[in-house]
Amino acid sequence: MIVRFNASALRQTRWYEYLIRFVLGGAMTVIAGLIAARFGPVVGGLFLAFPAIFPASATLIEKHVRERKAKAGLSGARRGKEAAALDAVGAVLGSFGLAAFGLVIWLLFERSAPLALVLATAAWLAIAVLAWRARRWL
Amino acid sequence: MRGRKGPNCQQRQIHGETMIDHLLRFFIGGIAVSSFAALGDTLRPKSFAGLFGAAPSIALATLLITLSQKGAPFAAVEGRSMIVGAFALAAYSWTVCVLLKKFMMSSLTATLAALVVWFAVAFAFRAILF
Repeated sequence: MIVRFNASALRQTRWYEYLIRFVLGGAMTVIAGLIAARFGPVVGGLFLAFPAIFPASATLIEKHVRERKAKAGLSGARRGKEAAALDAVGAVLGSFGLAAFGLVIWLLFERSAPLALVLATAAWLAIAVLAWRARRWL
Repeated sequence: MRGRKGPNCQQRQIHGETMIDHLLRFFIGGIAVSSFAALGDTLRPKSFAGLFGAAPSIALATLLITLSQKGAPFAAVEGRSMIVGAFALAAYSWTVCVLLKKFMMSSLTATLAALVVWFAVAFAFRAILF
């Protein structure tokens, strides 16, 4: 399956939908910092993988698909849920990449923080894409 | 002259961090999270775009600030815990998928209900491993 980039999809999202994601993302980053300061790095680290904006993103996906189908005179309720479910499948696979990110940070951050961040991000992308490609063989 | 007696906005601290630190976290986190989400919007197929739902956006936004304030060992331990959090996220996302496909729940209901799974898996593994 070929991966496609479609910049015009950004126009489907309204300004307040971007604002909701920005506020939720910012709030979760602050909350994660507060939790780490109050309960220590073991509990704080868990919240670096909290699904902060997943509810907002999945709801938007369902809504956009439903709106597209409504324009064509169809209900789109089922297709909207299926699109959100596919997004969730992607997040399952991406989570393995996120685990690889955490592993690299754990092993390398004390030696060189910038290098660890670069390598961890590369590991996240590589493992996530590999898991996505491998899902067909499972 | 109330301002001279009490601490000003920059000096007021919550758990050792000033309001400026929290605002910085908020803006960097907001930009990182919404940028990854916007990138996901532009990609097809949907299952590939979903990879960006598990992007390390909060971690990227927060780890350098943590490094400057609490040091590298603190951030490294956060990285170790993040591995557990990531498996909780996998269980959460799989539950969302099941609730949407098998139980035909709305996205909002499914994603909020499945948060129970994230908390259960994350804290169960934390209790077992650390």
